[in-house]
Amino acid sequence: MAHFAINGRWVTVDVPSDTPLLWVIRDQLRMTGTKFGCGAGLCGACTVNIGNDAAFSCQTEVGDVEGKSITTVEGLSPDNSHPLQKAWIAEQVPQCGYCQSGQLMRAAALLKKTPQPTREEIVKHMRSNLCRCGTYNRIIAAVERASRGA
Amino acid sequence: MAAPTQHDTPMLTRRGFIGSAGLTFGIAIAGSSVTLFDALADAAKFEPNAWIEIGTDNTITLIAPASEMGQGAFTSLPMLIAEELDADWSRIKVVQAPAGKDYGNPLFGGAQVTGASRGARGYFMPLRLVGAQARRVLLLNVAEQWQVPVDELTTKPNLVVDEKTGRSISYGDVAKFAKLPAEMPKVAEADLKPQAQWRLIGKDLPRLDIPEKVNGGAQYGIDMYLPDMLYAAVMRAPVQGEAPDTVDDSEAMKVAGVIKVVTLPFGVAVIAPDYWTGLKGKNALKVTWKKGAQAESYDSLKVLDDYAAIAKDWTHKSVVGLKTGDADTAFKGAAKVITADYRSEHVYHAPIEPTNTTAWVKGDGTVEVWTPTQAPTFVTLAASKVAGTTPDKVLVHTTFLGGGFGRRIEQDITVDAVLLSKIMQKPIKVLWSREDDVKNDKYRPATAQRLEAALDHHGKIVGWRWRLVGESIFRRALPPALEAAKGFDTAVCDGHETNYTIPNQYHDYVEDDRGIDVGFWRAVGPGYTIFAIETFMDELAHAAGKDPLAFRLEHLDDPRAHKVLKAVADMAHWGRKSEDTALGLAYAYYPDVWYCHVAQIAEVSVDKASGAIRVHKIWAVVDPGTTISPANVAYQIEGGAIFGTSAALHERITITGGVVKQSNFHDYPLLRINEAPVLEVKLMPDPTARVAGVGESGLPPAAPAIANAVYALTGKRLRELPMLPERVKAAAKA
Repeated sequence: MAHFAINGRWVTVDVPSDTPLLWVIRDQLRMTGTKFGCGAGLCGACTVNIGNDAAFSCQTEVGDVEGKSITTVEGLSPDNSHPLQKAWIAEQVPQCGYCQSGQLMRAAALLKKTPQPTREEIVKHMRSNLCRCGTYNRIIAAVERASRGA
Repeated sequence: MAAPTQHDTPMLTRRGFIGSAGLTFGIAIAGSSVTLFDALADAAKFEPNAWIEIGTDNTITLIAPASEMGQGAFTSLPMLIAEELDADWSRIKVVQAPAGKDYGNPLFGGAQVTGASRGARGYFMPLRLVGAQARRVLLLNVAEQWQVPVDELTTKPNLVVDEKTGRSISYGDVAKFAKLPAEMPKVAEADLKPQAQWRLIGKDLPRLDIPEKVNGGAQYGIDMYLPDMLYAAVMRAPVQGEAPDTVDDSEAMKVAGVIKVVTLPFGVAVIAPDYWTGLKGKNALKVTWKKGAQAESYDSLKVLDDYAAIAKDWTHKSVVGLKTGDADTAFKGAAKVITADYRSEHVYHAPIEPTNTTAWVKGDGTVEVWTPTQAPTFVTLAASKVAGTTPDKVLVHTTFLGGGFGRRIEQDITVDAVLLSKIMQKPIKVLWSREDDVKNDKYRPATAQRLEAALDHHGKIVGWRWRLVGESIFRRALPPALEAAKGFDTAVCDGHETNYTIPNQYHDYVEDDRGIDVGFWRAVGPGYTIFAIETFMDELAHAAGKDPLAFRLEHLDDPRAHKVLKAVADMAHWGRKSEDTALGLAYAYYPDVWYCHVAQIAEVSVDKASGAIRVHKIWAVVDPGTTISPANVAYQIEGGAIFGTSAALHERITITGGVVKQSNFHDYPLLRINEAPVLEVKLMPDPTARVAGVGESGLPPAAPAIANAVYALTGKRLRELPMLPERVKAAAKA
């Protein structure tokens, strides 16, 4: 049994406490924006925010988020009004789009702590997330755009 | 794959109304001159389907026939219909086509397949005709309703207008009374808008799939959930081709929640209510495998040694792919002969969405499949075969694809899901782990190439020999294609034909099959053929004492080639010197594949201690001919350059005793954002030229541009992919 808040809603799930948060979000809560990529903390597709920090949900046991507050891509905004979503659309970042939930949540954690990151800070922070389609240049441009509030 | 060049006029057939409100058009695209996929496509006959639905609320729903895997087809192909329909783009809604013969691509013989950068090329004519025909039907209906000559009527976006009176009616209002004629009006190429009148084609419309890709709303294959659905985790043999011998499932069945363990001809499946339980069950299986598979003796690096020896033995049996003039005589009379040997290792597709499919073999004998596939036609056929039914009983839904790159043409996952659903009599989602995905891919072939050139006294190339040795893709994946090409596997050899003016050429291919499945990959052949050819051109330029740009221009008669090469040289300030970095140039046109001119310059540095190459920047100039969406072309060239850089620097699969060594992204690293070059892409389209394939064209020049830059910096040639740090260091010592 685990009890935590996800996108502002408190939930209780009846699963073994060592179940990865990723699979609780997907298979139990049926929120599919958070993606499975590698199951090993190597690609970042499963990135969510726990409090203000970005985390690999595939490497986080649900027992460790007891009482905590989780934000997934669905929690940025349902109507694409979050500055990062707006920037992602303006820069036309996604191609296949599969990694982009994780990219957005990684970027969201960066901007919470560093609202005006340098290019170097963006690259350093975002390097844990892979994009096979090669949208890296546009990801950087979108984070810069969002940080300008544009 | 061999690409036909002609298009066919769609066969226009009458279809009925679908749904209660609105007017629906259905039009079949007939097959084409290519027969490769005909047999397969003919087997897939379905209920009529529609391309266009005009709602009485004036919204227009268009079908996207090709799979959306990141390349923008979900937007660019419906634009073609909308252009000729004269639709108001702001009223457009696009839905993904189900599997259906009407949605086939003429460049795949009518099969519904997305790949080989044939989407825009294949659908460019038929989809515009579809739109033009629907517009014609609207005009005829209004002419009858208003009792005016049809020639008096014209259209503005979503409006039929009587030019004489100024009277107008929206498409939505026309749909309230319109009927499809008994015989659909004929439209031909001559009825289409002249290019100067295009409102949508050539404009940068935002991609329609992007809004739902930034809020978690986009549905990929992995996101499919059905009531009563179960998961299956499938364990496959460590060596390809082995079958289970003994299966001890006692520990697996002890995992709380595991429902059943099923032994399959090629593996063992654990059925569970959720992914995590299934994975735990699979990890608890104890399975031994029957020995004797051909792949047991496969050592990828040793095989490459064999291939390299064969590549330079011109007495070895081979299949000729191209022969012009008399190469032997040209080489005998040469002032200088240069030769070089190249190798490329296997690479893995690595889409971030792991391979998955959900299937439901129902009690009534019908089958429904939800899958992120590049080939709905093949899924239909594979599913019907496995379920023991006919294709008309199979309904395939194509979701968004979390990357494709050729991986999702394969049908192994369809077999997994349909077979297990049939056994379990429930909807089944099979989701491979990343490790399953890495170890059971259909890799890009490992190849050895040999290039030889004869130069005359002026440094002009007067003779050229090219050979490639490697496993065949078509032998396994599409035998008729290999037959049609008389054994010259065009998927493996693509890119071997160059745009350079070179007399006396001889190209051949040695097929050498060792029992490892190889498959299509993003820019399959050109990924290594252009690497070899373009680094060789650089080598020849230096042998001739010429600048690599000038040397290329001397061997090119095509003004479009000159244009992109000169432009990229200007952008990168070609010729500038720096102590720590250097520039390398590459060019390709792909006259045997994509007809897209791409010139790239890479700026690199090399870490002396480790040998690691750092790619700082890539400039690319592209002439994609007639362009549907210029911005999207740029995105594809950007993505291709990054993909190509990743493959060039990092990517390889090594196999020993048939066992794949790599398992996840720690030992199969992809290029990360901190290693990504800054990209500068410039489009210089020739609007009079044919539509080019752009999804792959940006990839191949990256590796040779990097290798040529490393040569400019260090004086050392790299002739092996990937260009690993240890190889760079070894070259530096040599």
